[in-house]
Amino acid sequence: MSAQINAVVPGAVVEEHEALGELTIEVKADRILEACRALKDGPTQFSRLSGVTCADFPDQPGRFRLAYHLHSIQTGSRVRLRVWAGGLDPEVDSVTSVWAGADWQEREVFDQFGVRFNGHPDLCRILNPLDWDGHPLRRDYPIGGEDVQFTDAV
Amino acid sequence: MSTTDNASTFPLAMEGREAVEAATREGRPLTPTERIIASVEAYTPQEAAERTLANEMLADSRPGTREPLIINLGPNHPSTHGVLRVIVELDGEIVRDVTPVIGYLHTGIEKQCENKTWWQAITCVTRMDYLAPFANIHAYTLGVEKLLQLDIPPRAAWIRVLLSELNRLASHLVFLGTSGLEMGAMSVFFYCYRERDEVLDLFEMVSGERMNHRYFQVGGCAQDLPEGFIPRLQALLDILPGRIDEYEALLTGNPIWQDRLKGIGVIPAEQLLNLGVTGPTLRAAGIPLDLRKSQPYSGYEHFQFDVPTEIAGDAFARYLVRVREMRESIKIMQQVLDGLPEGPVIADDRKVVLPPREELAWSMEALIHHFKLVTEGFMVPEGEAYATIESPRGEMGCYVVSDGGPKPYRVHMRDPSFVNLQALRPLSKGGYLADLIAVIATLDPVMGGVDR
Repeated sequence: MSAQINAVVPGAVVEEHEALGELTIEVKADRILEACRALKDGPTQFSRLSGVTCADFPDQPGRFRLAYHLHSIQTGSRVRLRVWAGGLDPEVDSVTSVWAGADWQEREVFDQFGVRFNGHPDLCRILNPLDWDGHPLRRDYPIGGEDVQFTDAV
Repeated sequence: MSTTDNASTFPLAMEGREAVEAATREGRPLTPTERIIASVEAYTPQEAAERTLANEMLADSRPGTREPLIINLGPNHPSTHGVLRVIVELDGEIVRDVTPVIGYLHTGIEKQCENKTWWQAITCVTRMDYLAPFANIHAYTLGVEKLLQLDIPPRAAWIRVLLSELNRLASHLVFLGTSGLEMGAMSVFFYCYRERDEVLDLFEMVSGERMNHRYFQVGGCAQDLPEGFIPRLQALLDILPGRIDEYEALLTGNPIWQDRLKGIGVIPAEQLLNLGVTGPTLRAAGIPLDLRKSQPYSGYEHFQFDVPTEIAGDAFARYLVRVREMRESIKIMQQVLDGLPEGPVIADDRKVVLPPREELAWSMEALIHHFKLVTEGFMVPEGEAYATIESPRGEMGCYVVSDGGPKPYRVHMRDPSFVNLQALRPLSKGGYLADLIAVIATLDPVMGGVDR
């Protein structure tokens, strides 16, 4: 499958491995949009984006590991695309232009992890209040001891 | 920004200010959602009345010539299926645009899971989609078992299928009852809740709880089905087909029900697929995607059942699909009862599963295992897994990441309600305000699952 991505988007694939019956393809952060479009429109026919999510690894150089779970209802196969987004202002391209359903899921990742999605039509918080401070699902977000929210709102 | 008079006279204005503050702080323009939230809360009630009056005097009768009326539906409203807030832009009675605002039930369940051991996190995940707790827990346990590469005994898998189908039935009964209520067909609610209560009694027999059961464990089920459960379930299965006929007699041929639902909320199937919509909503538009068939888990391949589909893709088709799914669930449950294999209900892996209670009295090893499992939890090998099941609302996915320790490094639940709710805007645009309620009802979002 990585050969198919590489044929359309040369040099996009970093590595490919299979574990626990799941295929994972790591893609360069700046090529994710093209890779997704190639997998959707190409013979692999990944017509569905099952989900976009993220995990935070503060000790890794590229800190945020995004996972795109793709599903083809034509062939029944699934694949996970992996992208690392690091730095002080982590950002990747939005895939909303490929699958409209990525909209809220990318907003959720932005809300919880602070990863920005370039080209997203409406990138604002979704689950937390709009002016929430910080990104709760980051590993360094404090647990306990923080201010009690909403006490001044009544 | 300073506190204005608006804020004190109009309590909701706070959120509009928050939107503006967030954008100012980050030095960017307002996004569409922020703009609409700010605009709905920018006026005091008096101002809003004045603007409406001025607008009415100014407008002629042609649609599209008036300034849109923005109304705020929810977050607490009898017709919105939970704390869903929808900001509606109206031109007369026509819906120009809708903006769903969610997050009112957000309790950070995914964050809580990271600070519990793998088996404690089950308690958290059941509380997301509160109408389908067995579906949540099913996806989670499958994900963890995938990481552990742990096989569960056949009897445990069949019991999981049984309870998942019973849960699908209960969930669809709530859909049917509340949708009827929202469309003004009140009596169907009482009939549906009569049967749902019987299902909850059965859940209580099995797990001791009517909601938020933690009956499925990593490795199987907490205990075997209790005595008297199977006859009582059999009795329910015997009367249910007749009861479903009753609901259909009330609704399917009812001209008012048909008028309210037929031709409402239709978009092409490809667009639904592109939006990530799954479950009955997608099947009502003609795409027979059902993970129980296309990638069977927990032994679904052993059962004969059909995947009901419709081609119309409207609210009525979504209703029909769910009613027929209830009948298919009854078929599956009957097959489980007829062929339930004997044997243990939980895997015999002492590094993961608690030892049998009676062994603690005489076995030192069992006592040590029990102590270690309860105080420390079991270790899960490093890696990541994505398990998906067919919940009553569509594809429920669970993405688990382990760093090799006793606690999940990351748990993400891909809840079908969350993704499906994105279709609300395209489905209801251009329709009447009353049809918006029909679209919300037949999308059947559960806000506990949406907000997590």
